[in-house]
Amino acid sequence: MTIKILMPALSPTMTEGNLAKWHVKEGDKVNPGDIIAEIETDKATMEVEAVDEGTVGKILVSEGTEGVPVNKTIGVLLEEGEEASAIGDDALEMPADKAPSGETADAGQSATSRKADEKQSDRAATGGEEKQTGASAKKSSTSSADVKASPLARRIAEQTGVDLGAVDGSGPHGKIVRADVEAAATGSPGGQSSKSGARASTDISTDGPLPEAVDEDGNRIAASPLARRMAAQAGLDIGKISGSGPDGRIVKRDIDAAIEKGTGTTTTPAAEEKPEARTPATRAEGDASEIVKLSTMRKVIAKRMAESKSQVPHFYLTMDCELDELLKIRKTLNEAQDDVKISVNDFVIRACALALMDVPAANVAYETEGEMRQFHNADISVAVAIPGGLITPIVRDAEKKGFRQISADMKDLATRARDGKLSPEEYQGGSFSVSNLGMFGVKQFDAVINPPQACILAVGAGEQRPVVKNGQIVPATVMSCTLSVDHRVVDGAIGAELLGAIKRYVENPALMLL
Amino acid sequence: MAEKEYDLIVVGAGPGGYVAAIRAAQLGMKAAVIEREHLGGICLNWGCIPTKALLRTSEIKHLIDNADAFGLTVKDVSFDVKKVVARSRGVAKQLNQGVGHLLKKNKVDVVMGTGVLAGGGKVRVTDKDGKSSELAAKHIILATGARARSLPGLEPDGKLIWTYKEAMVPETMPKSLLVIGSGAIGIEFASFYSDLGADVTVIEVMDRVLPVEDEEISAMARKAFEKQGMTIHTGAKVSGLQTGEDEVTATVEMGDGKTEKITVDRVILAVGITGNVEDIGLENTKVEVDRGHVVINEWMETGEPGVYAIGDLAGPPWLAHKASHEGVICVEKIAGEKVHPLNAANIPGCTYCRPQVASVGMTEAKAKEAGHEVRVGRFPFLGNGKAIALGDSEGLIKTVFDAKTGELLGAHMIGAEVTELIQGYTVARTLETTEAELMENIFPHPTLSEMMHESVLDAYGRAIHF
Repeated sequence: MTIKILMPALSPTMTEGNLAKWHVKEGDKVNPGDIIAEIETDKATMEVEAVDEGTVGKILVSEGTEGVPVNKTIGVLLEEGEEASAIGDDALEMPADKAPSGETADAGQSATSRKADEKQSDRAATGGEEKQTGASAKKSSTSSADVKASPLARRIAEQTGVDLGAVDGSGPHGKIVRADVEAAATGSPGGQSSKSGARASTDISTDGPLPEAVDEDGNRIAASPLARRMAAQAGLDIGKISGSGPDGRIVKRDIDAAIEKGTGTTTTPAAEEKPEARTPATRAEGDASEIVKLSTMRKVIAKRMAESKSQVPHFYLTMDCELDELLKIRKTLNEAQDDVKISVNDFVIRACALALMDVPAANVAYETEGEMRQFHNADISVAVAIPGGLITPIVRDAEKKGFRQISADMKDLATRARDGKLSPEEYQGGSFSVSNLGMFGVKQFDAVINPPQACILAVGAGEQRPVVKNGQIVPATVMSCTLSVDHRVVDGAIGAELLGAIKRYVENPALMLL
Repeated sequence: MAEKEYDLIVVGAGPGGYVAAIRAAQLGMKAAVIEREHLGGICLNWGCIPTKALLRTSEIKHLIDNADAFGLTVKDVSFDVKKVVARSRGVAKQLNQGVGHLLKKNKVDVVMGTGVLAGGGKVRVTDKDGKSSELAAKHIILATGARARSLPGLEPDGKLIWTYKEAMVPETMPKSLLVIGSGAIGIEFASFYSDLGADVTVIEVMDRVLPVEDEEISAMARKAFEKQGMTIHTGAKVSGLQTGEDEVTATVEMGDGKTEKITVDRVILAVGITGNVEDIGLENTKVEVDRGHVVINEWMETGEPGVYAIGDLAGPPWLAHKASHEGVICVEKIAGEKVHPLNAANIPGCTYCRPQVASVGMTEAKAKEAGHEVRVGRFPFLGNGKAIALGDSEGLIKTVFDAKTGELLGAHMIGAEVTELIQGYTVARTLETTEAELMENIFPHPTLSEMMHESVLDAYGRAIHF
């Protein structure tokens, strides 16, 4: 059996990527672990490793191709003794399919690393994807018996060409359920072809009963098999549909109603399509403007920020922090050693981490209706400007790290971010964000919350300002910090408490040494 | 002044009414049921149950007639109509008493008499002796059922021209019989009398027998009946009946336009039924009546607040299990329970002729009409071990799926014991299983139910045994 090499989903938000480079050519032998290709995604460049041993039988997507949909077959690997002629129509047919235009990454996002307590497995999953999705159908066929997956997940995986071995299960006891496969397969041309193609009618007969639908937290969603299938076929997220059957069971009529009303769709194509609607229509003729296609990263930023501002009720709290004490300690620390140069931002990161530990009520994330996530550690996402956009690498467990470690982490993350070499788990998740524009001379600004996080701290420049102390106007180095807060899960008083705690640490940096 | 006040009064103690009353009592309501004739209604006393008793007799007779095929020698077979009828009546009586016991156990008051809406949440009950009393209730469910419909020129006389009721208690065995109407009631009697040796002719105005069933099933049924010796005229109409001393001559307009006279001992009228909407006090209410049936909404509510209608009174399908189910939904809705409307497509229908016919959901033709792209599975009894062992190798199980979603749109069966099999597909429909769950389900061997599996498999080109 030939092995399909599929376009990997390097991140849950990834719908397509660029095939930057092939490291192999047709006829090359590869061994597990060999780097076979480089994929450029919205946020990073990743190397695709082979999982299986074999010979590259065919390269279907040539180097430099942009916008390759996730799960498209990019090449075919031959097992020992197989000829190139063994490459079946099946393998070749997928590339011919067009990528569905409006399918986006929502499903992926919903199933990703929001769950801090599942971070480890998330990391493993995305890390695994990097290796395994790139390689093989064989992997899934040989390992599918070992992988715990629901029948529907298996069916969808087969239809969409997703390697189950590379999917992390969110169901009970790690069982791979429909949502997981769909998350991995979002935008998959394979899925589309089997849904709408001529094979559709035969496809649905082969794989056994549909599994239970499960929500993001692995709780069973009561839904009839028919409803589940219809939802899958219509691209509906069954978790967003309310059931009218016994005990709220989702039944056929609910899916019919959802299709009619257009609710529960996993995609919001309107946000992505129709760029013409936003074209400035009134420009005088001959005006020097042109339409520029957005980069993948730009699209993701646009989508996420628009979502945040339209869905998250922001409020803002600003405090001024005096920096003189901090600058003094920083100077001492930096003069005392040459290993790392600790920045003000490193102090801010640690201050935020410790403040989050002091005010756990603010260390949360809005999940779905009726639920929020309580984080138990402080994973600080730090906005880093990179060419063409920005990315938020994460200083994990920042509350447990000293300045030296934080500084080293940040330096490494920022460098690799600029080089596009971050792996997805290094920028996905996080419980709190810091955005610092102080170095640009910005005095104060309001940041847009990075969903599903609840808070982001916008840090302005530290500058000499007159302050009143004991009735006297004296100069002090002051830094304005503004906390943007998701009012759905954090109220004003809690936000103020958090910001106050940050201020306390920043102004009394010795506390951070405790 | 009302003598007694209830939460719920049910008028009519048929399978709709008494079930509604018991459910109401279970939910803590003080309930009464008013019945003019006999607990259990037509179903139990003059319908479903006694006919099944009769058909059991004819089935056994058929088996004895074929005893030789099973290696048995049975000589001098004869039957006593009186005993046959007596057994049937006995069965009805036993169950009738059972209903009385159930109502008592659930503390439902049984008021014997004729109930009439008296306005303002009251029901006037007049008993056999003409004594009347008034009961009051917040909610009144009308469950007065239905009766055989008669057409102009085709009126029963109770002697030579029968309805179901006379047909159920024959004093003598007619040598020849004309059955007008080939719905479930007509065909069951045709089957019964035919198996007991009568020369049976069936007249059906539609182009096929059992017209509500799938066309393929109808065709197979007709073939089987004709093989048994019945004469069947479809697309034909009886335009007149002339009674003689001990015979009836029917004028039949045949499908080809010719008119024929058929003389028989007895005639059974089975041309449908009509709701008992008269004399129940609807006149001064906002209850709407349309073509002999009370108009209701999905919660069995009529136009009159506090007045509900269920079962045959409220329209087709005229089936006891539909009436019971409506009664339960109606009462649970009144009690504020979480309920769901009845899905008519999930009501199975069973006809206990030989061979039996059972179905649920859409026929193939209806499914296509509704715009479904369908996948159809068929499995013949000939391919089933149990069927062959039983000596019943004629029959078919047909399944209709939506090609896209795998929804089981309908299932249609003809053959031995299919009335006991259909519930499997009904459960499947209610739970909204797709073909996948049905394929994965394990059907025991050797049973007739294996054909249900095979039929599903066949719809997807995977039947094993045929």
